[in-house]
Amino acid sequence: MASVTVKHLWKEYGEQIVLENLSLHVADREFVTIIGASGCGKTTFLRMLLGVEQPTKGQLLIDGQPVPAEPGPDRGIVFQRYSLFPHLSVIENLLLGLEFSGSRWLGKLFGAKRRAAVEKAESLLEAIGLHAARDKYPSQLSGGMQQRLSIAQSVIREPKILLLDEPFGALDPGITADMHEIILRLWQANRMTVFMITHDLKESFQLGTRLLVFDKRRHDPHAPERYGATVTYDIPLNRKKHTMSTPALPAELVQG
Amino acid sequence: MPRLVNLHPSRGGALALGALPFLILIAAYLFGSAARLAENPDDKLLPAPSAFMETLQSYAFEEDKRSGEVLWWLDTGASMKRLLIALGISAFIGIVGGLAIGALPMVRSLFGPFVAALAMVPPLAILPILFIVLGLGEVAKIALIVFGVAPCIVRDVSLRAGELPKEQLIKAQTLGASSWLLSTRVILPQLWPRLIDALRLTLGSAWLFLIAAEAIASTEGLGYRIFLVRRYMAMDVILPYVIWITVLAYTMDWLLRKARARWFPWAETR
Repeated sequence: MASVTVKHLWKEYGEQIVLENLSLHVADREFVTIIGASGCGKTTFLRMLLGVEQPTKGQLLIDGQPVPAEPGPDRGIVFQRYSLFPHLSVIENLLLGLEFSGSRWLGKLFGAKRRAAVEKAESLLEAIGLHAARDKYPSQLSGGMQQRLSIAQSVIREPKILLLDEPFGALDPGITADMHEIILRLWQANRMTVFMITHDLKESFQLGTRLLVFDKRRHDPHAPERYGATVTYDIPLNRKKHTMSTPALPAELVQG
Repeated sequence: MPRLVNLHPSRGGALALGALPFLILIAAYLFGSAARLAENPDDKLLPAPSAFMETLQSYAFEEDKRSGEVLWWLDTGASMKRLLIALGISAFIGIVGGLAIGALPMVRSLFGPFVAALAMVPPLAILPILFIVLGLGEVAKIALIVFGVAPCIVRDVSLRAGELPKEQLIKAQTLGASSWLLSTRVILPQLWPRLIDALRLTLGSAWLFLIAAEAIASTEGLGYRIFLVRRYMAMDVILPYVIWITVLAYTMDWLLRKARARWFPWAETR
């Protein structure tokens, strides 16, 4: 269970207001896609859910509890890049999360526990089609393989919430279809609530059950930092109906 | 004709080019030595190669008449022991200090500026202090090397820890890593290759401090011997010793490089 409630949330850095008066409720197991222009606080919002940034005003609640002030295993994250561990092989990258939970001091598992963990990691590897690359290092993988591994790595601890910050932004358009299939499969299998930032409008409609558009309502050309962004469009999506075609959008949104 | 920047030597060509400066140096020495000896057979400045062979024979394969020791190996053993102990201690301080400073912001604030200042103290300037406090024995010599080398290694290793992408550290926390596991399973393993790089870079200064300490207060050691025979202008001893020190230092550097490639293949640049 992981519902997210946002109540009158503000985020400011000194004079600069990034998010203003954001209120929102996201139900359990929703797949929320987030789009919006650069600098509109999408990533800041995600980082607050992650626990690396704190709200200036207002509340950010997961199942009614404030988000902890540091990252934890209940909230998984996939960044655009750099989130794999270069010194560990593919299988070790997956095992790491299980080793953290199973061994407080060594961070390594042995015997039956290790066999169980390896089994779980290998079935996940199979699911993302990386079994052949089991013992390679991340630097030996293509960008698409690295992101698949990063996604698998972030779900191995079975987080309640999965945060995706433009996970496919650096990838070839050709391989994103594969990635979409993997992410949807993992979402359904793991019963997570997903927040995904994307630049790709089509992707946001295809994947989400709900689309949030971050934008500024007001704009002062002489002091752009004085107004923050908020959710300007909140669109429920019926995924079955929309998977094939992108519906018409307000023009200013498409430009954003 | 390609641009010079695109002109690469073949494998054999690279070997030949690399050997060229050595050959030129040797040729120049032989020429100069022969010219000087032709003028004055007693010249001591540039001895003939045969003199080196005689020295090598008497120093490396015969016992010294006075002490009954084979001086070459006595000196090598004494110097290498000091150097390796000092480098071992420095590496230990470097990895522990670098990890703590790099991983924990509180420790960074506590020790960062101190280590930066410590690294700026000229080690040779405090050599007298070391001799006064620690005596003229082995401890002072090892301490000098450690003092000269360890702060640099700590700084280098901690810089590397600071360079690790924030994404990685956040990701590890979302996988449930405690500070301890984050340090030992994520940060520390990625510092080892940098520790080896730092050791390689500080190898030169480690030898410098070793020879300086041995020159001032010692009864055996490669540096001691060079400074002892300097009084007799015994170039036939000094030059082989210098070459031997260079060979030792080069071999250590080569071993470290090979160890890095062997143990940390993921860190090799492709």
